Formats: sequence, structure tokens, C-alpha cells
Amino acid sequence: MFLQDLAFWVIAVVAVGAAVGVVVVRDLFRAALLLALVFVAVAGFFVLMSAEFLAVVQVLIYVGAISILFIFAVMLTQDVRQGNLPNRLQIPAVVLPALLLAAMVFTIFSTDWTPIPEPQRGLADLVQTQSVGPVENPALQRAGITDPAQQSEVQSAGLADLLLGKFVLPFEIVSVLLLAALIGALALARGRQGAG
Amino acid sequence: MSLEAMLIIAALLFCIGLYGALARSNVIAVLMSIELMFNGVNLTFVALARYVAPAAIQESIASVLTGQVFAVFVITVAAAEIALGLGIVFAMYRSNGTVDLTQVAEMRN
Repeated sequence: MFLQDLAFWVIAVVAVGAAVGVVVVRDLFRAALLLALVFVAVAGFFVLMSAEFLAVVQVLIYVGAISILFIFAVMLTQDVRQGNLPNRLQIPAVVLPALLLAAMVFTIFSTDWTPIPEPQRGLADLVQTQSVGPVENPALQRAGITDPAQQSEVQSAGLADLLLGKFVLPFEIVSVLLLAALIGALALARGRQGAG
Repeated sequence: MSLEAMLIIAALLFCIGLYGALARSNVIAVLMSIELMFNGVNLTFVALARYVAPAAIQESIASVLTGQVFAVFVITVAAAEIALGLGIVFAMYRSNGTVDLTQVAEMRN
């Protein structure tokens, strides 16, 4: 538990520090690198919260693809030399997020959260950690789940089952959205002369 | 490490991103700030899935994964958004020669 807390606070400091860096640093290229650091830190948070699959997705998509796209964009546009200039909205841009943060912190502490009930805590951990692969019998034994009904319940719970079962409609809509974004990005990149 | 600490980190990320999106004049910096906001939201989803019991937990233990499913959708939409956003940035750069939001006024009037 102590190691977990230590890792949490180290990652938290890195994440928040790098995030402040992204919006404050003048050099856009450094901002892009700091953004990659924020993404890695968030992947670390996902591991701490037993969302291993999401951590891998985070590294593959955010660190591997989106950061690189940002670095390309910074390199390909000439304004890099001017850097990350502020605009004229400085005061409202500080006040609004500060108010929002205050409201959110107040809500976080004043809400009465319902924690996962103790009997299901272990089951939930197992389901979340093993969300992609089938849960093997030795893992179930180690977690102390011997009831066959519970075993089959845990084994049938997985991200893929949810994505292609209960959430199949949003899943398909997101697929169509990705296709549309792909076509849109191609059309934008071709430019006016190639539009005909 | 508790639910509250996790949610506050996520709220901090979101608010830092919001500040960046409002206060920067370079459109690439604004897109980066929006990515920060997406990450804050994702952290919230996963933290709530990890610590808070969903209403359906008595029916099926698989409902503790709902937050992760939503995070997957958010990541997908963020990827689509960034591909399109950078496409628009390049089109803007081609037609205006700048990516400074304060100097682009094509949509005004």
C-alpha cells in the first residue's frame, strides 16, 4: 500500500507539473514533449487503478500517435519561432478555470460516494485487472473465488463482451465517426486544387 | 491514494487544459490543451469505475467495467478529433500563412 501511495504522489506531481508546463512554456516543441509526459503519467494512473488495458491503449494512441502528430504539426508550421504567445483573454482565462476547479473540489468532498460493497471488492478488482483476457482458473483460486456461479460470472465479464454486447451501438457509431474523420482529414489535406 | 485525490488530480488536469485553451493564441497549443482536458475526463471515468459502485453491480459484476468502456470511447473520439483538428490547422496555415488564432479572421463578418 505504501509503495502504491508513493507511486501515486510521484505520478501526480509529474502529471500536474508537466500539464502546467504544457500551457506555460513558450517553446511549442517543448510543450509537445511535456504533453507526451502527461500522457505517460496518465497511463501510470491507469495502471494504479487496475485499468491495464486502458494504460496500453493510452501509450499506443496518445504517446505513440497523437504526440507524434503534434510534433509534426509544430515542425511543419512556421510559427514555432514566435512560440506559444498568450492572447488578450488572460484574466477571464484564469478566473473561469479557477472557479470551475473550486466548484469541482467542493463537489468532490461534499458528495457521499457509494463505494463498491466489500464482498464484491475482490471480484471487481479481478474483473477490472483481467478485463481483456479470459480469467484462468488458477487466478480465480488465488483470489479465493470457489463458487462456480461466481467463477462463471467473472469469466464472462470483459471489455470485449461489453463493447460488442451492451455497448454495440455506440461502438458502431464510433467506428463510423472514425471513418468520417479519416475521410475528412484526407479531404482537408488534399487542399482546394485537388478537391474536384 | 483515494477516490478524492484521484478526482482532484483529474479536475486539475481539466482546469489547466481549460486555461490553456482559453489563454493561448497558437492553435496547436489550444489543441494540446484540449487533449489535457480529455485526459482529465478519462481519469475521472476510470477512477469512478474503480472506486464507486455502479447501480447495476448486484445484477452483473461486469458493470464495474462501464467506466473503462466510456474511456475507450473518449480516447477514440479524441483521436478522430485530433486528426481532423490538425487537418484544419494545416489548411489554415496554407491559406493564411499563420496558425495564430488572433490573426485569423476569415469567419468574422
